[in-house]
Amino acid sequence: MSAGAVIVGAGEAGVGAAFALRAAGYAGPVTLIGGEAELPYERPPLSKDVLGGGALKPIRAEADYAAAGITLLRGRTVRRVRREAREIAFEDGGGLGYDRLLLATGAAPRRLQVPGAEAGPVHTLRDAADAFALRAAIEPGMRVAIIGGGLIGLEVAAAARGRGAAVTVLEAGPRLLGRGVPAELAAILAVAHRSNGVRLCTSCSLAEIVWRDGVADLRSADGSGTLADLVVAAIGVAPRTELAAAAGLAVDNGIAVDAELRTSDAAILAAGDCCSFPHPLFGGRRLRLESWQNAQELGQLAALNLTGGRQAVSHVPWMWSDQYALGLQVAGLPAAGAATVARHHGGDRLTLFHLGADGRLVGASGLGPGNSVARDIAIARRLIGARAAPDAAYLADPSASLKALLSLLPAAAG
Amino acid sequence: MANWTRACGVEDIDLEDVGRFDHAGRVFAIYRAPDGQFYATDGICTHEHAILSDGLVMDHLIECPKHMGRFDYRSGAARGAPVCVALRTYPVRVEGDDVLIDLG
Ligand SMILES: Cc1cc2nc3c(=O)[nH]c(=O)nc-3n(C[C@H](O)[C@H](O)[C@H](O)COP(=O)(O)OP(=O)(O)OC[C@H]3O[C@@H](n4cnc5c(N)ncnc54)[C@H](O)[C@@H]3O)c2cc1C
Ligand code: FES
Repeated sequence: MSAGAVIVGAGEAGVGAAFALRAAGYAGPVTLIGGEAELPYERPPLSKDVLGGGALKPIRAEADYAAAGITLLRGRTVRRVRREAREIAFEDGGGLGYDRLLLATGAAPRRLQVPGAEAGPVHTLRDAADAFALRAAIEPGMRVAIIGGGLIGLEVAAAARGRGAAVTVLEAGPRLLGRGVPAELAAILAVAHRSNGVRLCTSCSLAEIVWRDGVADLRSADGSGTLADLVVAAIGVAPRTELAAAAGLAVDNGIAVDAELRTSDAAILAAGDCCSFPHPLFGGRRLRLESWQNAQELGQLAALNLTGGRQAVSHVPWMWSDQYALGLQVAGLPAAGAATVARHHGGDRLTLFHLGADGRLVGASGLGPGNSVARDIAIARRLIGARAAPDAAYLADPSASLKALLSLLPAAAG
Repeated sequence: MANWTRACGVEDIDLEDVGRFDHAGRVFAIYRAPDGQFYATDGICTHEHAILSDGLVMDHLIECPKHMGRFDYRSGAARGAPVCVALRTYPVRVEGDDVLIDLG
């Protein structure tokens, strides 16, 4: 009997891959190994609904795993990959053979490096356990300081305000969301946070934390200070590459894979936040994305290619964030654009189109109440995927039908 | 028992598009397929709380505006992550200029 497919990491990418293996007709054993004890759950709600008091949202119902013939091992950590023997070794002893292996190990929060950061409790948010700890710690009236004005930091800020805390966000860069979200939209979000009572401090580089009687004094490089009862570090994540590196696989800002998600060992693939891959849609540029849709898409692609497929990455990157009543969506790579075209819908709804130097649409981003920018972004995603070069004046005109642009595309763009 | 209710006018929804219909505290989505046929489903996604009529209709699929879950609006069937639970569908009938749905 074949040793089967083994997936390390039961997050969005790993779970998606396990079910996609079955959907692709793979009949061998499928073992999905996750270091966490919970039934695999969605991470995006952690900084939204779960911090607000909601329950975890399982990716799939428990019964689905057995029904699909997937062996789910929870609370088991893989310590080593022995490539010569084609087996993995568990931290708690024992091992398991594989004839194909998928690494879907995700990413881990970066830790604060400043003096004093280890001298008191600094929360991070990646796992369910982190969310429960943070939720239990935040109390009305408490002073909460969040280090990092990225998406997670800002979602935590909104949730902490929702729980009645006094919130300060310290961001080292000159503006919020410096990575991946255009300045125009970040500015609108900054206004939303301020009007919801969040104190935002940009160009505020944390130099040191001094703890006194459980209160943190956060000293900035410019000499200013902020007192906080609770400190959250939301300064980004680093891909979990330890297993791959120890097994001698190539690592380049993540486990380095080719466009078919193969590592430097053809029997081992990687998917999700843990890997970097060349994207054909963007001139083969090597990307490492930290988004839910990317994890799903790569998980599914990995399953196809684990079962003999030879398909290259083709999805258009997409992500969203919810803060207060506002919904943000980003498709493609806005930062790869040379020019930005704004479509003002009136009210507080704005869509931006990002055109490459050759006129091709390479990104789109939008912000508005609820899901009001979703259609624009859904259409833009298809245009980006089809390498379309729509007319800038047309894009800017809110009365011109975006959907009509789709009918000009080759049929496969749906 | 049939319970036919007027949801909208025929011209209220473009071809290959969707509209929202609120009735008795519930939200429905009314679709007009590329071939002109009308269909109706529950108006809220089965994944989280999102109003499906804010989404994009392509052919016979509605794409949820919130996380891109897809459904075939003729049968309600879920078509891929993150949605795995089908949408409830309702019979539709066109009478003159009116689109009626059977709320059962
Ligand atoms: C709080 C939060 C909010 C987010 N919100 C959004 C959002 O609004 N929109 C969006 O697009 N994206 C969002 N994201 C990002 C998105 O959730 C991630 O991109 C996605 O979860 C990545 O999936 P993954 O499977 O690659 O990794 P992960 O979800 O990190 O899963 C990896 C799993 O592998 C396990 N693992 C690692 N090493 C081992 C080992 N050696 N042995 C066994 N198990 C191991 C880990 O414990 C983990 O469970 C959010 C993320 C967080 C943390
Ligand atoms: S709410 Fe519809 S896909 Fe998530």
